[in-house]
Amino acid sequence: MKSLLAALAFTTALTAPGLALARPVTLTTTLTNYGGGGAYLALYVTDAKGTYKGSLWMAGKKTKYYKHMIDWHRATGGNAAEVNGITGASVGAGRTLEITLDLADALFDAGYTLHIDAAVEDMRESPSEITVPLTTSGAGKAVRGRRYISTFQYGL
Amino acid sequence: MIRTLHRWPGLLALALFLVLSVSGAVLSVFPAIEHLSAPQAESGLSVADLASRIQATHPGVEQIKRAPSGRITAFWFDQDQPGAAVIDPATGQDVASADPDPVARWLTTLHRSLFLDDSGRIAMAAGAAAMLMMTLSGTALVARRAGGWRRWFAPMHGPLSGRVHVEIARFAVTGLLLSSATALWMTASTFDLLPDGGATLAIPSEVSGETGAPLARMTALAETPVAALRELSFPYAGDATDVFTLTTDRGTGYIDQGTGAVLAWADLTGWERVSETIYMLHTGQGAATLGLVLGLMALGVPAMGVTGLLIWWTGRRARPRLRNNAAPGRAETILLVGSEGGSTWGFAATLHAALTKAGQRVHAAPMSGFAPDSYTRAERIIVLAATYGDGDAPASAKGFLDRLAARERAPDAALAVLGFGDRSFPSYCAFAQAVSEAARARGWSELLPMDTIDRQSPQDFARWGRSLGQVLGFELVLAHQPVVPATTTLTLVSRRDHGAEVQAPTAILRFALPRATLWQRLLGSGFARFSAGDLIGILPEGSPLPRLYSLASAHHDGFVEIVVRKHPGGLCSGQLVTLEPGATVTAFLRRNPGFHAARGRTPLILIGAGTGIGPLAGFVRGNARGRPIQLFFGIRDKASDFLYETELTDWLAEGRLTQLVTATSRTERPHYVQDALRAEARQVAQAIAQGARIMVCGGREMAAGVTAALAEILAPIGLTPAILKAEGRYVEDVY
Repeated sequence: MKSLLAALAFTTALTAPGLALARPVTLTTTLTNYGGGGAYLALYVTDAKGTYKGSLWMAGKKTKYYKHMIDWHRATGGNAAEVNGITGASVGAGRTLEITLDLADALFDAGYTLHIDAAVEDMRESPSEITVPLTTSGAGKAVRGRRYISTFQYGL
Repeated sequence: MIRTLHRWPGLLALALFLVLSVSGAVLSVFPAIEHLSAPQAESGLSVADLASRIQATHPGVEQIKRAPSGRITAFWFDQDQPGAAVIDPATGQDVASADPDPVARWLTTLHRSLFLDDSGRIAMAAGAAAMLMMTLSGTALVARRAGGWRRWFAPMHGPLSGRVHVEIARFAVTGLLLSSATALWMTASTFDLLPDGGATLAIPSEVSGETGAPLARMTALAETPVAALRELSFPYAGDATDVFTLTTDRGTGYIDQGTGAVLAWADLTGWERVSETIYMLHTGQGAATLGLVLGLMALGVPAMGVTGLLIWWTGRRARPRLRNNAAPGRAETILLVGSEGGSTWGFAATLHAALTKAGQRVHAAPMSGFAPDSYTRAERIIVLAATYGDGDAPASAKGFLDRLAARERAPDAALAVLGFGDRSFPSYCAFAQAVSEAARARGWSELLPMDTIDRQSPQDFARWGRSLGQVLGFELVLAHQPVVPATTTLTLVSRRDHGAEVQAPTAILRFALPRATLWQRLLGSGFARFSAGDLIGILPEGSPLPRLYSLASAHHDGFVEIVVRKHPGGLCSGQLVTLEPGATVTAFLRRNPGFHAARGRTPLILIGAGTGIGPLAGFVRGNARGRPIQLFFGIRDKASDFLYETELTDWLAEGRLTQLVTATSRTERPHYVQDALRAEARQVAQAIAQGARIMVCGGREMAAGVTAALAEILAPIGLTPAILKAEGRYVEDVY
């Protein structure tokens, strides 16, 4: 659905390793029928120490609701500039968000973890609903979420 | 100008208004239901106690939320399964599902964005802005119509749709103002146009690193009552660096999970408080009763939409196209029209056509376009002026008087002023009167004395046309039919004749009630439902002009009754008084709500002479519950034209009529109905002081005499006929 050719997508932290090598990666997030309005999703990466390195995508455009992506909000201080140019619409219950990004090779098999925070209006926030290590071997394997996200997988 | 601001946003946004108001009204019920159904915490219960109770039931509790309704919801994670429920704070046990109500959610989405996301939100915000404009312009119009802010709740007169529109508006306006203004604030907040985002509180970097302090020992939780709680988030299980997050009605803070110490705290900003209050006012969440009141007021919108549309449509239909309208510089006759709803334009068009047919060049224009310098060939200027509210200029006459006053001298062309109005208004034709007086003061030569047309009467207009024709030197026939109504055939069943001996042949004509169609019965239109005091228009043979008569019966009497006196040379009355049972007439019904007896126990003082007894007799006949009614009845000769004599005697005996006073004019000492009133002055004044309502029906001279007599009678108790008229306690049906 969403396709993005995105060296743009790289915030400073992610591009810092500076290696020119990158490959297109498709991130597929399928939501459950949780019976609420559109979900806000924040996709971001932390390093081996759990330090925030950068954001990949923000589904949901109203910055005033970003504080409900609790872990992302804590990591970034709620700085909306972190997702400047990489935001899209919120995702309805039962729908799938598919985004394709050019990710640096250096991100894989180097201890980086991809997180997804989710939030839905009038329902409970779900920080780090998905935490999945970025490895070449993990590609194509579906990970289950616990509240709003049915499955998530990344394909190389 | 204000009317334009009221009309166009109203018509354009009507569909949006309907969606907004109906969905809003339904949504207003939910907070009240939630408030009633949610188990409430006992007063004084602390957040620490509540959290402990919930933790006992759900060890994996992650978050506790308290809605403004008092409903407590807990979210937990047990055995890798997320769970949520509404909690009874007294026990910590689950009582209901925490899933949001799908109906409320659907309606909320419809209400704020029409399921169109941001573009829908913008559309609905535009609807709210239009609504705000409607309430402001509407408020100004109501005040103008009522005759000032202090008379905001004064009784209204005029056609039904206009009255219903204003009656609802007067009560709903506060709610609509509040709802639309708060809606705009909320939209601005949603689109981040307001600095109400609140302070961001950084996660404390220094934590104790310990875990497992008992909830009861955390001071902040123990000291916060549940009533102040918004939300309590627990730290992640097994993460010693995480903290408790507590949000109350004062602000947000972090609590160390090992020591219970408050690590950081941020109060709500002023902007946040304002936004929260506005959210509460708009949604009723936290103010359920206010929400219900606002919802009820929102339900006025569909009714105002329909009546508003009717007002606009009737005004539009009444405004005709003018054929061959001459340029101002070429016309011999200038017609200046001061119209509010458009009906006066209809009369202007009839006059325009008749004068044009007689070979005149005529220019018609709104009074506000008064430009005498351009009327180079004008021989006469005719002003047709309605009145708005308490003597104000109607929409199309704004600025006329100022322009006239600013001129050095009055135009040379002679002036005729014709006022249009409704005698049930206290300031009948007051604007036309003001124009006439201003013209006289400037020394403007007069073509015809000022005259008036009551309730769009075609007869009045035709009569005035004849006077105008005499001055102009040719016959001028003005046959004006405002709106062609659907007619019904009525069959005469009986007649009673009076008055031949006093040269006033008068008949009480009783027609069979026509069979109403199902549609008429459902809508109560046509002859399916009518009251004494309503009018019927009868189309005489040989004329398209209907004649109006007051009804002496109501539909539940089972017949249609009128009282008709033969006028010398009168076409319609001549035909009616010779009508034999079995013969038919073509008629239509016209409501006259300003002259109904109305339900209730309010005492009535009925005053009438001659055929004016008709509706008054109808009121008495319908008075089965025996409210006090006093009837003053002026007749010529008891032996000849004492209409309804037998019935009135019976009604007195049955208690439908309390007192009957007759005044006879054809005697040695002529006695008129106003004389009878004066004779009973004390008693009449007392009854009026106690709230009695006066209803007058009959000829103009009699009505003027009655007003003069009442002015004398009322003076000692500090009242005037004008005050009573303004209160709707003195109504007239005069012809």
